[in-house]
Amino acid sequence: MSFPWAREYQPTNGLMKFLDEKLPLPRLVYGAIGAGYPVPRNLSYMWNFGVLAGFCLVLQIVTGVVLAMHYAPNALVAFGTTEHIMRDVNWGWLMRYAHANGASFFFIVVYLHIFRGFFYSSYKAPREMIWLLGVVIFLLMMATAFMGYVLPWGQMSFWGAKVITGLFSAIPVVGEPIQVWLLGGFAPDDAALNRFFSLHFLLPFVIAGVVILHIWALHIPGSSNPTGVEIKDESDTVPFHPYYTAKDGFGLGVFLIAYCVMVFFLPNYLGHPDNYIEANPLATPAHIVPEWYFWPFYAILRSFTVDFFFVPAKLMGVLAMFSAILMWFFLPWLDRSPVRSGHYRPLFRKFFWFGLIPTMAVLFYCGGAPAIEPYVMLSQLATAYYFLHFLVVLPLVSSFEKPEPLPFSITESVLGSDKPALSGE
Amino acid sequence: MIRLFGISIGLVFAVAVLWAFANGVVSVAPVVSQYGSFTEPTAETVFHRHPKELHLQSDGPLGTWDYAQLQRGYQVYKEVCSACHSMKFLAFRDLEQLGYSPAQVKAEAATWQVPGVNPDTGEADMRPGTPIDSFPSPYPNKIAAAAANNNAVPPDLSLITKARHGGASYVYSLLTGFQPQPAALLKEFPDAKTPPGLHYNPYFANLNLAMAPPLTAEGQVAYGPGNPKPTINQMATDVAAFLTWTAEPKLQKRHQTGWPVLGFLLLATILAYLAKQQIWAAIKPKKTAATGSSDA
Ligand code: HEC
Ligand code: HEM
Repeated sequence: MSFPWAREYQPTNGLMKFLDEKLPLPRLVYGAIGAGYPVPRNLSYMWNFGVLAGFCLVLQIVTGVVLAMHYAPNALVAFGTTEHIMRDVNWGWLMRYAHANGASFFFIVVYLHIFRGFFYSSYKAPREMIWLLGVVIFLLMMATAFMGYVLPWGQMSFWGAKVITGLFSAIPVVGEPIQVWLLGGFAPDDAALNRFFSLHFLLPFVIAGVVILHIWALHIPGSSNPTGVEIKDESDTVPFHPYYTAKDGFGLGVFLIAYCVMVFFLPNYLGHPDNYIEANPLATPAHIVPEWYFWPFYAILRSFTVDFFFVPAKLMGVLAMFSAILMWFFLPWLDRSPVRSGHYRPLFRKFFWFGLIPTMAVLFYCGGAPAIEPYVMLSQLATAYYFLHFLVVLPLVSSFEKPEPLPFSITESVLGSDKPALSGE
Repeated sequence: MIRLFGISIGLVFAVAVLWAFANGVVSVAPVVSQYGSFTEPTAETVFHRHPKELHLQSDGPLGTWDYAQLQRGYQVYKEVCSACHSMKFLAFRDLEQLGYSPAQVKAEAATWQVPGVNPDTGEADMRPGTPIDSFPSPYPNKIAAAAANNNAVPPDLSLITKARHGGASYVYSLLTGFQPQPAALLKEFPDAKTPPGLHYNPYFANLNLAMAPPLTAEGQVAYGPGNPKPTINQMATDVAAFLTWTAEPKLQKRHQTGWPVLGFLLLATILAYLAKQQIWAAIKPKKTAATGSSDA
């Protein structure tokens, strides 16, 4: 879009000329995801996940709107209407499984998208705004998913809602009133279920709005790439269409195969059996666990088991859990290395593969396990590293590290020399 | 500035959580040295058993229903389990999916008594079932159910195989797992004696449940000619299969829809790959070290 060699939209027939004058929508599409958008020629499949996340969002909205036609947000019947969808509504089982597993796959895709950002420091200038909007999207996604999980009104729905809104009660003085205000009562019931349904329907459209801003912001500098070297001239780029439409299309196929295997053959694998038991405020489940995509943050929450000076353990856990995500907002200014790509940052790379990744794996595992030893102690060690990684290691590594030499340009990195591609050698 | 601020926040969280870790070490150390494990063993942690293996025709991605077995399982449910358990998400008409004709279903429904209203007095009453009624609870309400069963309400069975880890294997193991409490358990945990009115079963989470063994004798349910011998094992397997169906009547349809969908996607993805290769062929060089070293 912002490159001088970007092709300009040429309407070919009368209708398109008319449209282009009155409402240049085709021009917008051409420049955003068509042949008018030059993209680095060397993007790996890690750059596929943005498009896949967009696909998931549409998928969730379509299946969700259909589900909402048959669902009723009332504590007496909510569980029953979900079963009605599974049993009596034509293809209702498919809609529900597609939506539930769609949420999981949305998170898988977005986690990969975010970790691509961590490894390639995609958050650095000039892409800070893309990143900031991305973190906003992630927060909105978490809120949406949390409220969606409450709707079927199973045991985990109810107790999850109770535990998570209960976090607010850790805030001194105003905490309890805030919890009652959020729920519309002292425990999750009709009031909470109705407002969660309303917000769960609304938020995906808010996300869609922020995604538009995210992509708008992306189109100003354009995508980064695995070398992290910025685009120098036209030979570094290819038009988005047909090159990346074709590549993303293949990626979408692979994604859909994995997704459909889960939907058709393992639809409950990522869920919890307790959510097939109707909510019962009098029977606490043996282990209350959130959905798998919250596990790392749930582990951080539960790691703070003792008071820290005058701060109660519970409040410390809540602060840590929220900070664990909110601090991502500051990444562009914490990591000051001039080199973006982890491929050219030897020290950073070690901390990424041997620090951050195993830490996330431990947090993930422990968050899904019961809050007993040794899981608590393991998540405590992992939580410590998690904070140190982003807030201490990243700022310091950039001062000590000697980056490896960068290729002169994207084209050189692809062809081994800075000559335009003539032969295939 | 931001970095100094970040480093200090990071250190605060790290110190706080490591302090919690240190406290954890102090409290766990004696447990580990005494028992050799992180938690104190209890009767449940030592004697609880994972479900036995059970193979049903509906298992796996190619799984289909064995209608004869489902019909037998229905018979077990009707003659044994329905004395205590409801199945509210299934209506009698759903039995048509097991191969019964509408007339058979109508007759079958009429053999059940469901809550109704006396047309003359308007008072609560029982009446024969019709195909649209769901499988009723034998108790008027939860309090009555609990009062009749040692304070435990028999759960609705519609979704039971989805609502427990292990699903059908769990139900099968539970039904065949009743046994006298092992002497070793009582020796190790004298306080864990099964309370009166409860029944020892190592497959149940806390080892003692309020359900008395429902399947106790071979031939308890008389299967029609041409069916396998109604051993306890056979009856338990059949009812577990039936409860797999009740939990998800659409399972077979799901499997049968999944294969063509996957086949189509596979084909489409191969085509998409070939299209991508062709489009990129013009500008893509042979594999060179494209992105520097990616090893750590
Ligand atoms: C005499 C009444 C009675 C009969 C007959 C009976 N049950 Fe139960 N069942 C109960 C009670 C009571 C409970 C609750 C046990 C508890 O929570 O301690 C129960 C619980 C269960 C559970 C749930 C266990 C758990 O994990 O919570 C299953 C599964 C079950 N029954 C299956 C069956 C099947 C299958 C049959 C028929 C073969 C059957 N029951 C017959 C009374 C009965
Ligand atoms: C609904 C969710 C999201 C959608 C639909 C979405 C969409 C996209 C798309 C289409 C791209 C360009 C293609 C690509 O680089 O993969 C992109 C780039 C990017 N996204 Fe997202 N995104 C989402 C969430 C997020 C989140 C949660 C973050 C971070 C917290 C994030 C950070 C980024 C960054 C930094 C880039 C630029 C990457 C680069 O050019 O190197 N996005 N996004």
